[in-house]
Amino acid sequence: MTWPSRRRTASPYDAGRATKGHPVTLGDLDDDALLDALQRAAFDWMLENANPDNGLVADNSDDGAPASIAVVGFALTCWPVGVARGWMDRNRALALTLATLRFFTHAEQGGDETGTGHRGFFYHFLDMERGRRVWNCELSLIDTALLLAGCEAASCYFDADTPDEAEVRALARALIASVEWPWALDRGDTLSQGWHPETGFIRYDWEGYSEALILYVLALGSDTHPVPPDSYRAWRVTYQWEKIYGHDTLYAGPLFIHLFSHIWLDFRTIGDGFNREKGITYFTNTRRAVQIQSDYARLNPRGFAGYDANCWGLTACDGPGGAMNTADDTGRQFLEYTARGAPFGPDDGTLAGWAPAAAMPFAPTTAMAALRTMLHRYPGMLRDDRFLGSFNPSLPGEGPEGWISPRIYGLDQGLLVLMIENHRSGMIWDLMRASQVCNTGLRRAGFKGGWLDE
Amino acid sequence: MNKATFDHDSTDPRLELRRNLRPDDWNNPAPAGPYNLVVIGAGPAGLTAARIAARLGARVALIEAGAIGGDCTNIGCVPTKAIIRSGKLYADARRARHFGADAAGETPDPALALQRVRKVQARISRSETAELLKSEGIDLFFGKARFADHRSVRVGDATLRFLRALVATGGVLRPPAIPGLAEIGFETVETLFDRDTLPRRMMVIGGGPLGCEMAQALCRLGVGIVLVHDAPKFLPEEERDAAQLLSESLARDGVQVHLNTTAVSARTTSEGKEITLSTGGDRFAITVDEVLTGVGRVPRIAGLDLAAAGIAADPETGIEVDDFMRTTNRRVFAAGDVCGGHMFTHVANAAARIAVRNALFFGRQRLSRQIIPWCTFTDPEIAHVGLRADQAISQGIPIKTYTVLMHENDRAITDGEETGFVKIRVRQGGDRILGATVVARHAGDMLNEITLAMERRIGLRALSGVIHAYPTQSAAIRTAADACVADRLTPRLRRLSGMWMSLLRRGG
Ligand SMILES: Cc1cc2nc3c(=O)[nH]c(=O)nc-3n(C[C@H](O)[C@H](O)[C@H](O)COP(=O)(O)OP(=O)(O)OC[C@H]3O[C@@H](n4cnc5c(N)ncnc54)[C@H](O)[C@@H]3O)c2cc1C
Repeated sequence: MTWPSRRRTASPYDAGRATKGHPVTLGDLDDDALLDALQRAAFDWMLENANPDNGLVADNSDDGAPASIAVVGFALTCWPVGVARGWMDRNRALALTLATLRFFTHAEQGGDETGTGHRGFFYHFLDMERGRRVWNCELSLIDTALLLAGCEAASCYFDADTPDEAEVRALARALIASVEWPWALDRGDTLSQGWHPETGFIRYDWEGYSEALILYVLALGSDTHPVPPDSYRAWRVTYQWEKIYGHDTLYAGPLFIHLFSHIWLDFRTIGDGFNREKGITYFTNTRRAVQIQSDYARLNPRGFAGYDANCWGLTACDGPGGAMNTADDTGRQFLEYTARGAPFGPDDGTLAGWAPAAAMPFAPTTAMAALRTMLHRYPGMLRDDRFLGSFNPSLPGEGPEGWISPRIYGLDQGLLVLMIENHRSGMIWDLMRASQVCNTGLRRAGFKGGWLDE
Repeated sequence: MNKATFDHDSTDPRLELRRNLRPDDWNNPAPAGPYNLVVIGAGPAGLTAARIAARLGARVALIEAGAIGGDCTNIGCVPTKAIIRSGKLYADARRARHFGADAAGETPDPALALQRVRKVQARISRSETAELLKSEGIDLFFGKARFADHRSVRVGDATLRFLRALVATGGVLRPPAIPGLAEIGFETVETLFDRDTLPRRMMVIGGGPLGCEMAQALCRLGVGIVLVHDAPKFLPEEERDAAQLLSESLARDGVQVHLNTTAVSARTTSEGKEITLSTGGDRFAITVDEVLTGVGRVPRIAGLDLAAAGIAADPETGIEVDDFMRTTNRRVFAAGDVCGGHMFTHVANAAARIAVRNALFFGRQRLSRQIIPWCTFTDPEIAHVGLRADQAISQGIPIKTYTVLMHENDRAITDGEETGFVKIRVRQGGDRILGATVVARHAGDMLNEITLAMERRIGLRALSGVIHAYPTQSAAIRTAADACVADRLTPRLRRLSGMWMSLLRRGG
């Protein structure tokens, strides 16, 4: 089911495709046009899969897929990009944003097994229609943070002195203010990964470098229920500062970890205590993570098909699942949707085709080289110019891509829209500099320098 | 090919083990005067202490309630490592094509593997037999010992007076309290190795070192294994990447892994033993033929009458000792698993040595001065020494880790053993080694070099100057050391060196 099944509006790229004698492939486009085409296609997916009544966006393209609140957060950040790029008019963006914020504002909070949230947090997956918990999923800290980051982006963007835009700001502020972050410390130092109404807190906390940087910034920056700065220090205790393949790096295996918080926060010129001690920004660190992906794929220790310096993308993504035999080795184990990573794995030969495009702001040369190589070799990793979840050329399939994920994921599409935008214009980074909660959170975490000091 | 076996040792290993470690016809000696040292328990700690003391001329009594060798020889290190070896063979055989061989048809034979385990135990028991100990001048008593008062121990009807005593009674397995489990019955390592063959389907509850080792080995021998662990990662003591590589290896071997999962109840059905598991908001049941658990251990202090000798102890943490291995009774020392902490054979040995010196020679040796490594013998092995990164950071020590992937090491590549890494942690800006983790097929052996460096305070850079034979897997340690040396080449030094080079060119 798509919401609403609106046809994609024509882009110059479509026009070029229709008029030329031979079909234009993405690979024929110059860098700017290529990124524009990918960004536009991703944006349209988000729009097509948003429920206009409540702003919920499907987790993926499967029939009947529920909404993921993280994807909603990405979507709220995408709408301003659509307006800026002329892909959506401001009123429509405003209406969709208001529908979203009103839904979450009035959603049932109370920790019911079939409710929507608890103590200001929300369940990870909600049904598209009524917005109630599905799959016995967890009340999710990180996904709530990604949702709230989207609310904050909307409130920074809709800054006009009109009743509707004022309502956006008021609702976003109230949603952020209502989250009882300290409750999720569960009397410990670090934030829990989540909570189930059936069994209580998940026994695993957010510790060590991960996508949860934005979570801590929001939790520290709350003016109603902040967590103490010590929790950020406790989070950093499990940081791994390692020299890997000759790069000094704050290690995290899956690439998305090095991307998610960077959608909103511009780490190019600011640094926390850790950054100052080691002499590296989180931004530069992501660049090194990209290089490690490329180095790992070049060495290709597990001997998977396709891997080389320009063909990588180990991250959280869909997977073939189950035990299958490949030609060279018997009994390999293939994983389902999971966080793959370099250089320690898991690695089952599955690559996310979208990873290089999402890494553009950090390592444009390396990323573009990989994007082009992979597009050329594996055109089937896209459907209607949208990246499918992942592919695995070591497994048999119809084309060179081997196994291909049958679905498109909202997280990937949203990430592409926003990272390509940051690469092209820095729009989200600029927008978020006005965010009070992020500013406060970053300062309480010990960040200084660059735009924070301006 | 001739199928004849070349194993001419046809003694029944069960009989040999019993004859060596717990002879039926043993007569306890008559207690002689006051002993310099009475040792309770003939596991690794007790054996080490008794033998050293006897060699030094002490009059020594050694009391053992069960069989000589303790957990290590009888149910622990020795049998587990032997069965792991059999499992490894089959894991390699499954990759035979990769190495250019056709090993089709080589199916595991659990009965033979178990028979081999007992032969290995018997073989190892030959250097710690009752007769041997007697010939070394030790008064060996079989029976359960308990303290009579501050200066004497009773075993059977005999009372042994001592100047010094060492308690080395080891640990006991502690099965988890899962409703219904006791009723349906389960297997522990105490019973497992005495089986004639292995069950078809088995659930291993607990993903600590022993649970992981056994799950992998038994799975490789053809048992359908479900491994249940109630935390998000295996091996709570190890860092995330090590546990992660292990999870992947276990899955690859075919172990059905359930992390974040708790066993909540057990019952018997017509299909077998049904265990109900709970994870997050979900509950489901899995049926197996046998359950292996009791992989957690606690100190064994029951029945010793410690109070009679004024020795303080806690059921969870064991006998209270100071850094010199002395208990609250100043004449009595303790060593090994009974003191809790790191429950390993090599720690038991080290503590026993320290205890003997301090007990008999007024020594002032401290256990805390010892660098303690350990290894989990899964494939790949996971070996660890010193501080983890998070431990160093919590102590406010800025650290840097030099990481070398085994897939960067030539020998690991030639041997098709590329899974793993060497991580050596040093104080940032320096080269003092604070800790290391090695994950590799032979990680336990590789680690010893790093432990040596730490013990002798050899810096990481110095290891870079030690020539390592090529190609060897332990050369990965040197590669890490090289990276540490290279880090010294600051931009300023590099500029200076560049200037020197151009000077040379001009001169030439
Ligand atoms: C399955 C398994 C695998 C293991 N693998 C390893 C490994 O790979 N590496 C490693 O380093 N460690 C390993 N261990 C741990 C290792 O076995 C122990 O740390 C070691 O045996 C401890 O030695 P100990 O002398 O303290 O105690 P034990 O070996 O337990 O010996 C204690 C002895 O005291 C006797 N005793 C107890 N009470 C009395 C009494 N009242 N009177 C007389 N005698 C008594 C017992 O019968 C026993 O023989 C493993 C353990 C298990 C269970």
